[in-house]
Amino acid sequence: MSDATLLALALVWPAAVALLVPLFGTRPNLREAATLIGAVLLFATVATLAAHVLAGARPALHLATIAPGLDLALHVDPLGMLYAIVAATLWIANSLYSIGYMRGNDEPRQTPFYAAFAIAIFAAMGLAFAGNLVTLFVFYEVLSLSTYPLVTHKRTPAAMRAGRVYLLTLIGASMVLLLPAIVWTWVVAGTLDFRAGGILGGKLGPTALAILLALFVFGAAKAAVMPLHRWLPAAMVAPTPVSALLHAVAVVKAGVFTILKVVVSVFGIDTLRSTGASDWLVYVAGFTIVAASIVALRADDLKRRLAYSTIGQLSYVVLAAALATPLAILGAALHIAVHAVSKITLFFAAGSVYTTEHVTKVSEMDGIGRRMPWTMGAFAVGALSMIGLPPTAGFLSKWYILGAAGQAANWVAVGVIVVSTVLNAAYFLPILTAAFLRKGKGGPVREAPLPMVVALVSTAAGTILLFIFPGVPFRLAAAIVGG
Amino acid sequence: MIGAHLPVLVVIIPLFGALLAALSRHPAAAWAIALAAAVASAAVAAALVLQVQAGGPISYRIGGWAPELGIEYRVDAVNSVVLLLVTFMAAASLVYARRSVAAEIAPERAAWFYTMLLLCLAGLLGMAVTGDAFNAFVFLEISSLSTYTLIALGRDRRALVAAYQYLIVGTIGATFYVIGVGLLYLATGTLNLGLIVERLPEVTSPRALLAAEAFIVVGIALKLALFPLHAWLPNAYAYAPSTATAFLASTATKVAVYLLARFLFGVFGFPAASPLPIGPILIALSLAAMFLASGAAVFQNDIKRLLAFSSIGQIGYITLGLALGNHDGVQGAWLHLVNHALMKGAAFLAVGAIVLRAGTCKLDELAGLGRTMPWTASTLTVAGLGLIGVPGTSGFVSKWYLMLGAFDAGMGWLAIAIVASSLVAVLYVGRILEVVWFREPGKRALEATEAPVGMLAPTLLLAGLTIYFGLQASWPAGFAGAAADALLGARP
Repeated sequence: MSDATLLALALVWPAAVALLVPLFGTRPNLREAATLIGAVLLFATVATLAAHVLAGARPALHLATIAPGLDLALHVDPLGMLYAIVAATLWIANSLYSIGYMRGNDEPRQTPFYAAFAIAIFAAMGLAFAGNLVTLFVFYEVLSLSTYPLVTHKRTPAAMRAGRVYLLTLIGASMVLLLPAIVWTWVVAGTLDFRAGGILGGKLGPTALAILLALFVFGAAKAAVMPLHRWLPAAMVAPTPVSALLHAVAVVKAGVFTILKVVVSVFGIDTLRSTGASDWLVYVAGFTIVAASIVALRADDLKRRLAYSTIGQLSYVVLAAALATPLAILGAALHIAVHAVSKITLFFAAGSVYTTEHVTKVSEMDGIGRRMPWTMGAFAVGALSMIGLPPTAGFLSKWYILGAAGQAANWVAVGVIVVSTVLNAAYFLPILTAAFLRKGKGGPVREAPLPMVVALVSTAAGTILLFIFPGVPFRLAAAIVGG
Repeated sequence: MIGAHLPVLVVIIPLFGALLAALSRHPAAAWAIALAAAVASAAVAAALVLQVQAGGPISYRIGGWAPELGIEYRVDAVNSVVLLLVTFMAAASLVYARRSVAAEIAPERAAWFYTMLLLCLAGLLGMAVTGDAFNAFVFLEISSLSTYTLIALGRDRRALVAAYQYLIVGTIGATFYVIGVGLLYLATGTLNLGLIVERLPEVTSPRALLAAEAFIVVGIALKLALFPLHAWLPNAYAYAPSTATAFLASTATKVAVYLLARFLFGVFGFPAASPLPIGPILIALSLAAMFLASGAAVFQNDIKRLLAFSSIGQIGYITLGLALGNHDGVQGAWLHLVNHALMKGAAFLAVGAIVLRAGTCKLDELAGLGRTMPWTASTLTVAGLGLIGVPGTSGFVSKWYLMLGAFDAGMGWLAIAIVASSLVAVLYVGRILEVVWFREPGKRALEATEAPVGMLAPTLLLAGLTIYFGLQASWPAGFAGAAADALLGARP
């Protein structure tokens, strides 16, 4: 099969699932089979593509020309490949988990749920493989729109309010900041194609570059850089599989992916470093990391704590992107994959606790580790990875980002990473001690439905395996900047 | 042989169709006549587009009289596409009209409705095709008078007040226009747009020109509902019969925009030589429309009124593009002229279907309508996304060009204003979508059934075009570019 065909298939599988799911609306088993088979096929396709990309291929596919200069085109590079592989892999785990969760909690509207989910994956694939800024923008918006029904899944007034915040922040920022940034890039550079080394070199002065970068960074509000972070905690009203989609599989990753992609392939890290146009971003990202960690420290609601943890972790990627050295870009890209697999484990565990014991608050988790050992064991792995301790994958990316900060002699960045590591430990370790060391109400071991346990144990195992065999993600991350 | 007479045929066909429809007195017969006339004039308009593309501008002398004495019809890249748009929208609305009119208008008046629709069509086409300033006034009056009647045919008694309001405002607008034309005539001694331009350099009194431009711009601005001269529009759209609303919303204001562009660029030499500083004024008013009128849309409960306010805001994008006065801006304006007509047409047609099946277009009674009228609700969704300018819809492409125009004019902040105003559209479209898709079905929704095929087909076609021109915009971008070339290339 040619690379172009594989590339097309990566979009076709999730689209086909989105079409099939409504057809099987009255037959849940068939419907879920469609999702699972689609997810497996997508993974196989993406894995094959990844092998080709690692061998040096750069598949490309032209979809359409909207108007002169406005092309819908796909072009695979290592960074996009990494994001695609993360999304495709976690779609399998998340589908498995969703089946357990949605049935276990007897959720309504499951057919639209699976359909919208597949559209979101479709958008993530298009985003990952986007060959230019317009294509990226198109799929970015599709992702925002397709996840709105998921965020508002419960249809309660609170959910609808959260949905409004979600959509208005994401669409608003992308339209008011990201789109003008793209038009500006087009006016200045005369092209919107992603190119290694960037397209803006020598075209704008340092101040203009810094402003343009700000438009991109805040325009991609999915990255939740403060002050555009409020949508993420608001979206916590959604069911857990949706939170997993937002935090791990696709949505927030789309934000940091966009920023990283723009830094590498639109600005070019050499241009950014020589002009210093991204220096300010170190402070903004650093502030976001520390502030989000402090909020997380005070949050009693488990999902809220996790949400603020995500906001902080995302800004690690942004911080590394702002450093704009090859080592930092490697760490940033790796952190996308690492954070995804760790955070999905944490959310799976939180949802599993909710499904089994209806516990949502940290203060109610005493002794829960003894009743749900698998769930809380996985949670512990995810938490260690968030802190950045071996033997979990979180150690790897943090190591490289810290190394890059030291290499660049950027002591602000170094300080932020050290402080936030302490803070991460301060808000994750108490959960673990309460769950495992304190006495709760006791009772027999009672775990969540099997598909959920399987899903969360596999992602936890993945978090550890990624530390031992960073293989593919590492090689892809290293290949982004001329590895 | 016939090929040489197309410019006049495009007007005469609906004019005679109107006569026949009036004589037929029978709803079904009048409908068939009206549809046939609209389709025929659409075919003529399409042929004209091809002729212009192949051979450049066409000049047609009515009765063979020279422009100094008689009336010249002139078709070029600028108005051929307007002709095609207007006739196409007429045909689409008329396919739709049969069921909708039968439900909304008493049978003894249905024939009059079709008569008036055709008269209005003839008037709009005449305005677009003529190269004579006074002839344009005559057609303006034909289209306006028939529009007042169309609005008054609405089943709600408030339609009468709306029609009366519009009558007064429209008459003032027409008066202003004709005063301006009179001043031009005094200054140049001719009513032919081409000849006016030729004689402008000899005009000794610049004040006459200044006054002429002011009167003409204000007069037309009333017709195109430029903010703050828009007050007549929301009621007119809200209470007119659904078919009439869809047709008028996508054609009447567009033809007025065309006339404005023709005078500004073709006669008064905007942006370089315009006697009045129209550019900044138009930009300010367009921005006000984009934010304030769209903002008013957010607070409407009646979907027709909501869409009407949205129209005022969307017209702001078109006038903004014109005001930028550069190639990309004008191209964006012409693209949006077409794109907005298609998406707003789709939206109003969908609302008409909702009125037919659910008996209301009040937003708070339409909860969960997507369940029972999925196709209609989907077209409304597509149209709404187009109004926002979501990529993948034609609205995105028009905004893209408008933003390029803003950057080209050295006004990057304006690009941000353009997209910021789209956020207001997110609000009012979001309200509709939330009610229709994300609420449990209410009483009205449960009683409703999907719209009949005759109404659904044209609605789907327009919504489909909104998506198609969002993904494959080379054709509309091409003709909009040609229109921009022609407008900026000076003479009419």
